[in-house]
Amino acid sequence: MVRFENVGLRYGLGPEILRDLNFAIPAHSFQFLTGPSGAGKTSLLRLLFLSLRPTRGLVNLFGNDVSLLGKDDVAALRQRIGIVLQDFRLLDHMTTYENVALPFRVTGREESSYRKEVIDLLKWVGLGERMDALPPVLSGGEKQRAAIARAVIGRPQLLLADEPTGNVDPTLGRRLLRLFVELNKTGTAVIIATHDINLMDQYEARRLVLHQGRLHIYE
Amino acid sequence: MVDLGNERPQLPARARNQSPIVPRASIAGRALVAVVAIMTFLAAMTTGVVLLISASAAEWQSDVSSEITIQVRAAQNRDLDRDAATAADIARAQSGIVEVRVFSKEESAKLLEPWLGTGLSLDDLPVPRVIVARVTPGTPLDLAGLRGRLTAAVPSATVDDHRAWIERMRSMTGATVLAGLGVLALVIVATVISVSFATRGAMAANKPIVEVLHFVGASDRYIADRFFRHFLMLGLQGGLIGGGAAIFVFGFSESIATWFSGTPVGDQFAALLGTFSLRPTGYLTLVGVAVLIAAITALASRRTLFATLAAIE
Ligand SMILES: Nc1ncnc2c1ncn2[C@@H]1O[C@H](COP(=O)(O)OP(=O)(O)OP(=O)(O)O)[C@@H](O)[C@H]1O
Ligand SMILES: [Mg+2]
Repeated sequence: MVRFENVGLRYGLGPEILRDLNFAIPAHSFQFLTGPSGAGKTSLLRLLFLSLRPTRGLVNLFGNDVSLLGKDDVAALRQRIGIVLQDFRLLDHMTTYENVALPFRVTGREESSYRKEVIDLLKWVGLGERMDALPPVLSGGEKQRAAIARAVIGRPQLLLADEPTGNVDPTLGRRLLRLFVELNKTGTAVIIATHDINLMDQYEARRLVLHQGRLHIYE
Repeated sequence: MVDLGNERPQLPARARNQSPIVPRASIAGRALVAVVAIMTFLAAMTTGVVLLISASAAEWQSDVSSEITIQVRAAQNRDLDRDAATAADIARAQSGIVEVRVFSKEESAKLLEPWLGTGLSLDDLPVPRVIVARVTPGTPLDLAGLRGRLTAAVPSATVDDHRAWIERMRSMTGATVLAGLGVLALVIVATVISVSFATRGAMAANKPIVEVLHFVGASDRYIADRFFRHFLMLGLQGGLIGGGAAIFVFGFSESIATWFSGTPVGDQFAALLGTFSLRPTGYLTLVGVAVLIAAITALASRRTLFATLAAIE
């Protein structure tokens, strides 16, 4: 589903943050992406999400050579990917419900066709009571859950999550991990970037470890 | 981004998905409406004035070009009345001339009244006699032949077909129309520039929204459409205000002209600008100009939207 060949990345004229990445993400797989702060986890996720292009090497996503994609292709591919960013990126002028429903709304779907689905998911992540609240009044953990709900609502083929449990207590962290696992069972490939050892210990999965720009894989 | 905070009512469970994707308040709308309104007003006023001038000019021209004037001056040893009658007969015999009118001594004097005042004994003055001949419109007149025959019979007669004057008029009207078109072009350019700036500003203010929309897989077309709605509304509002104001100004001055008609000032104006009224088609043209400016606003913002979107990852 995803294949990296000799991929390198640098910002501007800086040093290479990522070097000689060679790996594949099979469909239906589940993996943690870890490494010390500043190792390049977020950068690697952005490469996968097409919001960064590699400075060298080949990235192949869903069978497409990324360097050949136009903007409309990128938009179409992103509808198949869910992403949870470290800074959440919720829209402050929209309710939690509207934020979570956004992936459906931008594809032009009728609101009535997905209302129940969105409400059910919001209840599942514990935001049933906060549906009509605006993000500025949500706690950090609530924002995080809203961002996760927005990423998974469309049942993407690939889910990218950047520190998805950074702002929640361990109990809720476990609950969110279960959400990812459930999603994975229904066919979504999941990549969770984290340096939360506790979280990784809770679920037996492949580990991609970034260290000094290189990727080491522990199956 | 705009924080609506507590102002926004908490929605009941059924009515959802009400917020616009791009909040209206995030676009500096009022300034843009004002700019578009002013531009529309200027464009419509220019168009209206050009229409007025060219309509009056056309009126004068058709009045004047359907006439030739023969002037018979008093000469020594000649009877002015007889000369005038001879000249009139020659004119009548000319094909293409339908009606000949000889101004009598008193009428000729009356024409001179504004310059000479009343109560002057005309017997003391060698007042020339004026003969006005109406020409069938559209038929070519053998002016040279007429002139030859006239001067042969009446040496002091001169023929004026106002051609030089009409030419001058025509070039003046042409210049006015050109100037009007120039002003219109400038207004359009200024509109495009201001709208592009406003659009770019709105996009910059809403960049976080655009990024999130990109993240959830919205296409550029979808995002541009969300912004475009706002700009279309702003353009239409501006066009309505500016165009409405211009139409009001023309309607108002028309009624002023009606109030003043009969007074010397009103008559001067009427002489200069005809009736000072736009025909219904003129008002339609003003509406057309307003629509044009609104359309240009929409197009300019759309172009800027796509250009800006291409630059936001
Ligand atoms: N836009 C950017 N421009 C320049 N350098 C950047 C940019 N984004 C990240 N970097 C640099 O790239 C390196 C990797 O950053 P990245 O955010 O990918 O690390 P990370 O593994 O996600 O760290 P953390 O665990 O703290 O989130 C860092 O040294 C960072 O300073
Ligand atoms: Mg990071």
